[in-house]
Amino acid sequence: MDRAPHRWFAFGVAALLAANPCASAELRDLYYGEALFEADQGQFFDALVRLDTELAQHYGLDEPDLDTLHYHVNGAEFSVGDFELNYRMHNRAGRAIRAVLEGNVDEAVRNEAAFRLARIHFQKDQLEEALHALARIQGDVPEEIRDDVEFLRANVYLASGRPHDAVAVLKHMPESADLAGFSAYNLGIALLQDGDVTHAIEQLDRAGQTKARERADLAIRDKSNLVLGTMLFESADFGRSEQTFDRVRLDGPYSNQALLRAGWAEASAGHYDRALVPWGILVEREPTDSAVQEAMLAYPHAYAELEAHGRAAMLYGRALETLSGEIGKVDASIGAIRDGGFLTALTREETRQDRNWVVRLRQLPDAPETFYLTELMASHDFQTALQNYLDLEDLRARLVSWRTSFDAFEDIIRLRAANYEPILPGVDAEFRELDSQMRVRLEQRERIASRLHSMLTAPRPEFLATADERIMAGRLDAISASLQAAGEAPALDLERVARLRGALTWRLETEYHARLTQAHKDLFELDSHVKDLKANYDSFVRSRQAATHSYVGYDAGIARLRDRVDSALQRVTIVMARQGHAIETVAIDQLRSRRERLVAQQTQARYAVADSYDRARSSQPAGAGR
Amino acid sequence: MPLIIRLFVAVSLVLCIGIAAARADEADRQQMKGLDEQVQDIKTDVLGIAAELNLLEEKLLYPSGTQLAVFVALAQGDTVRLDAVQIQIDGQPVARYIYSFKELEALRKGGVQRIYVGNVATGTHTIEVAVGGKLEGGADYSHTGEFTFDKGVGPKLVGLTVAGPGSGHEPIELGNW
Repeated sequence: MDRAPHRWFAFGVAALLAANPCASAELRDLYYGEALFEADQGQFFDALVRLDTELAQHYGLDEPDLDTLHYHVNGAEFSVGDFELNYRMHNRAGRAIRAVLEGNVDEAVRNEAAFRLARIHFQKDQLEEALHALARIQGDVPEEIRDDVEFLRANVYLASGRPHDAVAVLKHMPESADLAGFSAYNLGIALLQDGDVTHAIEQLDRAGQTKARERADLAIRDKSNLVLGTMLFESADFGRSEQTFDRVRLDGPYSNQALLRAGWAEASAGHYDRALVPWGILVEREPTDSAVQEAMLAYPHAYAELEAHGRAAMLYGRALETLSGEIGKVDASIGAIRDGGFLTALTREETRQDRNWVVRLRQLPDAPETFYLTELMASHDFQTALQNYLDLEDLRARLVSWRTSFDAFEDIIRLRAANYEPILPGVDAEFRELDSQMRVRLEQRERIASRLHSMLTAPRPEFLATADERIMAGRLDAISASLQAAGEAPALDLERVARLRGALTWRLETEYHARLTQAHKDLFELDSHVKDLKANYDSFVRSRQAATHSYVGYDAGIARLRDRVDSALQRVTIVMARQGHAIETVAIDQLRSRRERLVAQQTQARYAVADSYDRARSSQPAGAGR
Repeated sequence: MPLIIRLFVAVSLVLCIGIAAARADEADRQQMKGLDEQVQDIKTDVLGIAAELNLLEEKLLYPSGTQLAVFVALAQGDTVRLDAVQIQIDGQPVARYIYSFKELEALRKGGVQRIYVGNVATGTHTIEVAVGGKLEGGADYSHTGEFTFDKGVGPKLVGLTVAGPGSGHEPIELGNW
């Protein structure tokens, strides 16, 4: 379909699309917050990289519900769509939002997803799909998007050639809504397209008198008045037409056109003296503007109609001079574009610092190639091409910088290898020795623990004998054995041995519980040391692994990335050259067209100068010229 | 209607609907569209490279065992105009940042700035934060805060939320992630 009609009602859609992804009341995921931080500054590439990575990690988790992004996952999916749209990646935009729409989410979230998807389809000129997505919005619609949904619905109807349906929707838009100015204007256009001219005029009249403070609202009010004034002019209602043009602000973006048309409205009503006022203002403005150039001829034309032929001749002469100068500028612009000056001017850093960089181009010193292209650059297709060129330049700079990073990474890896490789074998050998000692001690600990555990149910007092007691028991066994081996052992000695053994057994039996308790306490204390030992062990193992990981296993990854970067850089260079050439071709065509128009105006001025001089001379009394 | 006026109406209508006087013809548009598709493909490719490169960089320069990331946010609805933030970790200056208007706006809208990424050993550390700015009335504002945080075996994220006086929040709040 022809995109041109879109221009009539696309107002407000940009504002709708520029809406920031809403940050949650309480931010739980810092990296999501970082993506919003980048996006709010227009750094959509960085925002996308961050959010894509976060979402991939989130979905890769075994338990994503425990991840902090879990609290924002729907918002994050919506944001990815917004960022992609803002980064002019229409083919990808919507993919993430579609996933939300198909997921198991509550009604309000699903409705918001459907709205966002519809908005993306509308942007991509996929009107059927946009309507289909809007049809999925049912039930609980979040209040903050309720008006936006209806506004979008009306826009889709208008773009689909269904102005009657659009009228029905827009009539119910509340006047207090943020989009009130835009919806009032769009309603006027919808009525016009629906053939209801009378109501369209009434509606545009209302839209042209709404209270506005914001720049966008002021602009749409001006636009309403400009369109209405033109309609009234076409229907030969010159008086109302002029009054309507007068409502357009003198410092707004439609000021020049309004002044020009106001002059024509007065002139058409035969009020040439009144036409002089707007045209007089207009001719003093920036001479590259087509309305100003047209006024340069209209202004003396009014004087001529007022029989002021001398003044008309002088003004035609000035117009001739200016138009010749402008033709020179256009020629210089064409030359500069052919020399690559336009693309250089576009990529200047100062032009990219400002949101209104297209407008600022006219003020760039030493860049004549941009003077005549602001109108062209304001058109959607050309704007997209320019932005693509700038995006490619940005990508090129990133790729070049990354290529340098690879060299730095390889340096780091080389230095780390040189540092670790000589010392790691010694460290490993020492570690192996300590590791085996540690394992022995840990096995001992396990045996003791197991024995103590079994003693809780089957008491074994001898297990808790001290070293001295064990020695003493051994000696008593040895003495007893030697006495018995001697044959006739004195009974007294054997009794003494038995008493001593009894004393030992008494001690072991009576102190058993205290000793068992103490043994458990000692084991508990040992456990705290074992814990520290294990922590140190784990820390060492981690550090040891980190040492290896700090320089091993990167080569293949870096080589692959380097290839990808080289290949991408090659593609960027080729596409950038093509994109640049296409931009230059369109720009030169535009300038040629402007040149032809300027030449026609110059010819017109030349004839008019001669004609005015003739008339001035003939209107003078005989002999006055001598 | 005089010829010149009819011409004016024709020209005006064209301008009114926003079409540039000599827009690209259909062939140009098709070419632009084709290029646009290619640019989108390249963007997808480069985004993939950037994501992989980020992971590589993180693994190489800030391994998870030692990684520390410090973030700065503004308390919700706070009107303090943050000019600068300085951060010291264990007595060593690690970050000093002066905010542009755009960055401040992004913070006010709920964005979070990653001000520092580095490496620290496991254990307890101190972080000293100094903020400077202006209050709504134009008065100078500055505040310093010192906090401790524990670094475990995983990556450590530290969030600093800055608020002006009278906001009902602490001037600097530390959040652990």
